[in-house]
Amino acid sequence: MTLGGWIIMLISVASVTSLFCWCIYKVLSTPEEEKIHGLEIETPDTEHK
Amino acid sequence: MLAYFIAFLIIGLSICWAEWAMGRAGGQKGYNSSPGILGALTGRKNLKYLGVLGVLVPVMIYMYYVYIEAWCLGYAVNFMAGNLDFQSGDEASAFFGSFVGISDNGAAFGFGIKQVGFFLVAVFILNFFLIYRGLSRGIELFCKYAMPALIILALVVLVRVMTLGTPDPGNPDLNVSNGLGYMWNPTKVLLEERTAGGDWQKVREIVGERSLSNAVEEASASPNLRVREISLPEQLTNFQLWLDAAGQIFFSLSIGFGVIINYASYLKRKDDVVLSGLAATSANEFCEVGLGGLMTVPAAFTFLGVAGATGSTLGLGFNALPMVFSSMPAGQLFGFLFFFLLFLAAVTSSLSMLQPGIAFLEESMEIGRHRSVAVLGVITAIGSGFVVYFSKDLKALDTIDFWVGTFLIFVLATMQIIIFGWVIGIKRGLKMANQGASFPVPKIYGFIMKFITPAFLLTIFALWTTQNVFGYNIITGQQEYSSYWKDLFIEPNGVARFSVLLIIIVAAFIAFLASIANKFKFQNEGENKS
Repeated sequence: MTLGGWIIMLISVASVTSLFCWCIYKVLSTPEEEKIHGLEIETPDTEHK
Repeated sequence: MLAYFIAFLIIGLSICWAEWAMGRAGGQKGYNSSPGILGALTGRKNLKYLGVLGVLVPVMIYMYYVYIEAWCLGYAVNFMAGNLDFQSGDEASAFFGSFVGISDNGAAFGFGIKQVGFFLVAVFILNFFLIYRGLSRGIELFCKYAMPALIILALVVLVRVMTLGTPDPGNPDLNVSNGLGYMWNPTKVLLEERTAGGDWQKVREIVGERSLSNAVEEASASPNLRVREISLPEQLTNFQLWLDAAGQIFFSLSIGFGVIINYASYLKRKDDVVLSGLAATSANEFCEVGLGGLMTVPAAFTFLGVAGATGSTLGLGFNALPMVFSSMPAGQLFGFLFFFLLFLAAVTSSLSMLQPGIAFLEESMEIGRHRSVAVLGVITAIGSGFVVYFSKDLKALDTIDFWVGTFLIFVLATMQIIIFGWVIGIKRGLKMANQGASFPVPKIYGFIMKFITPAFLLTIFALWTTQNVFGYNIITGQQEYSSYWKDLFIEPNGVARFSVLLIIIVAAFIAFLASIANKFKFQNEGENKS
């Protein structure tokens, strides 16, 4: 691999990893009950009509 | 990779945020299916027919995706049984062909351990069992443990790939460093041949010092051969690169599938869709670029060379990775774990493809979840049976993948961003997206989502159709219809024609239900005021 290849690879991997880690941090530091949570135990469509 | 990142910023994030925002807003109006959401949000009753694509695409893709899912499970079991200790790439390819039934129609229905039939039935039943249980008890619980486990295992495999060195001393060019170079080097080196018309055509890509010296020797012996370096700017002027980048973005982020808009419809009014969308896309990018990009292609190059590393991601995964596991300590165990976790990841995808269809059947037929699951089960069982039976050269899979998994995804994604930016309006759309967000969508994305993304998509879609459907080479001006077009109109292929007929029948069925459903009888804006 050439020097240019190394540079592109390291920048690409570092940038996606940083973005991912930042998102994980934001998700974990946001109070769950407010804005980030799993889907409801019973979604509306689970009920029989 | 540069084209891929630009496509990610322009297409990926734009459509992702648009789908999340429209889905959540549609859910607040009481709709979970794409036809309902688009009709309710725009106040235009005919747009529900465009929403039909948001149901058709995931349902049709499910029909062949479940087949691929069965490959993953089958590979996991065969690793555990010690059947995948390959000594060469040819052995790996031969097993793959035999396992998926590539030699003849009906060959995939074998029920031995080295055939896909049993695994297919097991996977189909598992999917419908999980979807029957509902979203949170089924999919969410499942993903909570399976996804982190997959990432940890991928990191272990990554370490092994990076330490492969040069597995075949007789072929010193086939090493990990060159594998990474093939993937990441900004300048490509090609051996080209002069055609009768005087144009230069690519013979092969050259990676590695020995290959380069051989190519230079060949070129110096013939005036019709040359070795040429292609710089990064020159590569970026090749629109095929942009088409590939856009296609990869669609598939890897599941945008334009009709899935996100459906999932987002179950969120609450104050949920943060901006952060959720960004987190989902960044997790995918990390897995794809940070793990997959360093693992699959370099491994395929190291064992199979340039020719082996240029195939589809699926082909690479099922041919190259078994070779990696064969050459590592406890490879049998790691091979089993990797393919089993890949299978689990595939299950999460296939479940997500079923939910839009279920929501649509519930709304259009006014039936409960369990009946809806049963109806969809019958439809997809027929479709999957068709795809799996016609396994010769994977013709049915390939045809549906092209017309739905590529063509219709382009159409649906383009349609969604145009509706978001121009019908709903970018101001209202961003307001919908920013509701409850811990940080807003960057302002620049107002301009990007309204102008840049639609223009970019329309341009590459026009070029893609011109080249990949009608076979017109914009650079050379030559025309040769694509195999997909030939299969339908020039050299008719029965399986390809029936595959397209299947797509049309399912689309007509969904459109019919959308047209008669009471819940989808929207009034155009203004009609109710008069």
